[in-house]
Amino acid sequence: MNYEYYSSLALVASAVVYMLAMFAHAAEWAAARRDVADPSASVTAQDSARELVPASQSAPVAAGVRAGVAEGAAPTTADGGSGGVPPGQRMEMFGRIGVALTLVGFALSVTGVVARGLAAGRAPWGNMFEFTTSAMVFVVAVYLVMLFKSGMRWLGLPVTLLAAVGNGLAVTVFYVAVAPLVPALHSVWFVIHIVAAVISGAAFNVGGLAAILYLVKKRAEDRGTVRGYLASLPTAKRIDLLSYRFHAFAFPLWTFTVAAGAVWAEYAWGRYWGWDPKETWALVTWVIYACYLHARSTAGWKGTKAAVIAIIGLASFWFNFVGINLLVSGLHSYAGV
Amino acid sequence: MADTKISSVHPAPAQLPDGRPPKPTKGPPALGLGGGLRFLWTQLTSMRTALVLLFALAVAAIPGSLVPQRKISPIRVSDFIAEHPTLGPIYDRVGLFNVYTSPWFSAIYLLLFVSLVGCIIPRVRVYAKALRSRPPGTPRNLSRLPAYAVAEVPGGNAEQILAQAAARLKEQRYRVIRDGDAVSAERGYLREAGNLVFHVSLLFLLLGVAVGGLYGFRGTSVVITGQGFSNNLIQYDDFSAGAWFKDSDLQPFTVAVSSFRAKFETGNVQRGAARLFEADVAVTDSPGGTPVQQKLEVNKPLNIDGTTVHLIGHGYAPTVTVKDGAGDIAFSGPVVFLPQDGNFTSAGVIKVPDGRPERLAFEGLFLPTAVLDDQGPRSVFPDAANPALFLNAWSGPPKKETGLPENVYSLDTDGLTQLKDGRGDTLRIALTPGTSYTLPDGRGTIQMDGWVRWVKLQIGDTPGVAISLGAIGFAVAGLCLSLFIRPRRVWVRARRGQDGPTLVEVAGLDRADARAGLDEDVAELAAGWSGDTTGKGSSTR
Ligand code: HEM
Repeated sequence: MNYEYYSSLALVASAVVYMLAMFAHAAEWAAARRDVADPSASVTAQDSARELVPASQSAPVAAGVRAGVAEGAAPTTADGGSGGVPPGQRMEMFGRIGVALTLVGFALSVTGVVARGLAAGRAPWGNMFEFTTSAMVFVVAVYLVMLFKSGMRWLGLPVTLLAAVGNGLAVTVFYVAVAPLVPALHSVWFVIHIVAAVISGAAFNVGGLAAILYLVKKRAEDRGTVRGYLASLPTAKRIDLLSYRFHAFAFPLWTFTVAAGAVWAEYAWGRYWGWDPKETWALVTWVIYACYLHARSTAGWKGTKAAVIAIIGLASFWFNFVGINLLVSGLHSYAGV
Repeated sequence: MADTKISSVHPAPAQLPDGRPPKPTKGPPALGLGGGLRFLWTQLTSMRTALVLLFALAVAAIPGSLVPQRKISPIRVSDFIAEHPTLGPIYDRVGLFNVYTSPWFSAIYLLLFVSLVGCIIPRVRVYAKALRSRPPGTPRNLSRLPAYAVAEVPGGNAEQILAQAAARLKEQRYRVIRDGDAVSAERGYLREAGNLVFHVSLLFLLLGVAVGGLYGFRGTSVVITGQGFSNNLIQYDDFSAGAWFKDSDLQPFTVAVSSFRAKFETGNVQRGAARLFEADVAVTDSPGGTPVQQKLEVNKPLNIDGTTVHLIGHGYAPTVTVKDGAGDIAFSGPVVFLPQDGNFTSAGVIKVPDGRPERLAFEGLFLPTAVLDDQGPRSVFPDAANPALFLNAWSGPPKKETGLPENVYSLDTDGLTQLKDGRGDTLRIALTPGTSYTLPDGRGTIQMDGWVRWVKLQIGDTPGVAISLGAIGFAVAGLCLSLFIRPRRVWVRARRGQDGPTLVEVAGLDRADARAGLDEDVAELAAGWSGDTTGKGSSTR
């Protein structure tokens, strides 16, 4: 059996399916555009309903909105969208198609990565191609967990976009055939360091996408133009919180990634830290995310500015991965492209 | 007391998250030198400055990854200067070739650490005080808090409910006090502790790095298989050490390299990529000790009493025998050639200063898998499948012994003339193992006996690493506490209403931004009292 062949096939297919999923979500949002509702009321009601779902189910406390904002608004279900307006069946249908396709794409990409590991007889993250496809598995897995746990279908469009682009680039630009590792990668740290990097990378990516959505939504809220698909997003404040949670999860793990990389560098290259371009950018990325965390607790830097810093952090993460691998030579030149 | 608490618990933060009152950042500072310094200090230790300095650090680290660095690739630096005759010297002057030791880079991180110290000290004090103080008193108007829920418990007993509430909150690891007709509780003290541990750990990380920089050393030595290295300054090819390092710190061990195996990919995918490097060495850890056989591999350094020995490179050394014009063996043995590319096209010099009547010298290439075509001689595979030696030759009168050190890898052609072949062209010698070449005009012969491999060992010690690694461990642990612990205050007030039912009010406040679940917790506390409880509403913000 030729695992390598099936791996490539599954990964190419997953890129295509993710793209279709993205189209479905785009159609979902386009359909939402026609669902014009009273933005502020629907958003607030829906959002607070979302927040209180667990409480209102487990405890006899009615979900009401704080005095001053639409006192006594009828509680709506989490998925209900805007009360009074036609339920947006088209939107719902496209959304479900998007989720179904995402599940198919996910199954394909997991198959591809596992088959790749079997073909290589080792953990499948020895070069850029393998790293990207593995990272996309984690990104989509995180999204799916959020989707089924907290109904965050609004992340569908950006996540499927990212997964389609990621796997698409991997199978076209970054592709390399299966090969054993160079001796410098023969180490347990190969598994530890890179698993940590892949997971924190996935969380940074989802957090960064949320930061972008936050900026879009915040602008609309400030201008009072929350319409269409923006109305089906949670409030900017909730998106910001979610974005923060992802970053807060990713940051300690990234700290560990960098430290584990330093330890591994000592084994493989005989020094902990040598300002290799990859190391330098890992540190730069780390410092930018530290800025993000500080900004969030500095008056005048919360919200928009912090979100911009998070996006810069993500850009730096990607530059370290794509730019440094392809443009700059260093000890980390294992991309194999 | 309750009044002051109300002002501090309200949404608009009257305090910075670290518990300090906001500092005035605008307006003229107090006059005088003391006031000026104080102002500077306040500025330097403000969160905003920390933010700017962190950003500056990120930006300042970037050029070093794009411009070649002298410490890492000196050759690329000189190439860069040669290619950019105007830009190069400017770069050099502003330290762009030594970014990470440049004054401006150092200034940024030193300022950052000063700011950090200035930030930590007051926070430790505030925290110590907070640990000793009681949970805050109960605000008069609980409904004004960010999360609020109220329940009516018909026929409930206020005392009992409060006792139950206290027990429940204790179970959830709140610190709880009774406060009149209410219970006041607080939890999440470890968050600030985690934050402080994290920031203090950064200082220890710096300390560890500094210790390593001051006492550490690192050097490399090329060792031909069959030979050895003894840890002695003169045996190093290059060596660098911290300011407080003493030569006597070198452990007197020896490492004899008996063999070295290298394997390369022969398949079509990544052809030529390294697959295995492995050296057999015998380590003698003190003079006169018994040698211990060990295997040295990439990723598996030796550790000899704290000094590490890494295998960081390898290459080829052709073995040659040179007879001089007098017919005597003037040189015999392996000569280290340095790899120039991934296929180990290797350049080197064979010096025969003892040749008589004329000394001889050869310069050229060793090719492990030789190909000679219109691109000239080069190697097409890193392993020795078809080894060959291509040389030019020089001769000249013997040189006086000066005792000055000479670079063994480059040929100083002063006083030497290049040999020509019969037609007056430059003499080109091509040798394969076992063949020899007779130089023109009776100057002697050169024979290629074969080849051996050499390994490049890196010997070094970085004291302080334990401090740094420990610091990072604490930093990560502190980070997790600081990011995942949710400091929270909760109040429960139970009052017997005029007409029977007991009114239970619950309110909560998250002391850190961006936490969630407060409303749920408050609602849950307000609910579930025995009897037919009716919720009257909860509020969210
Ligand atoms: C070497 C430089 C620094 C680094 C890498 C760094 C890193 C971090 C990180 C990652 C966090 C977020 C984790 C947490 O909430 O505990 C944080 C929080 C914090 N840092 Fe720093 N920091 C540095 C310097 C400083 C300085 C100089 C100050 C004081 C001006 C400071 C004040 C704070 C405060 C108050 C928080 C808590 C924020 C909150 O409550 O959410 N840090 N720091």
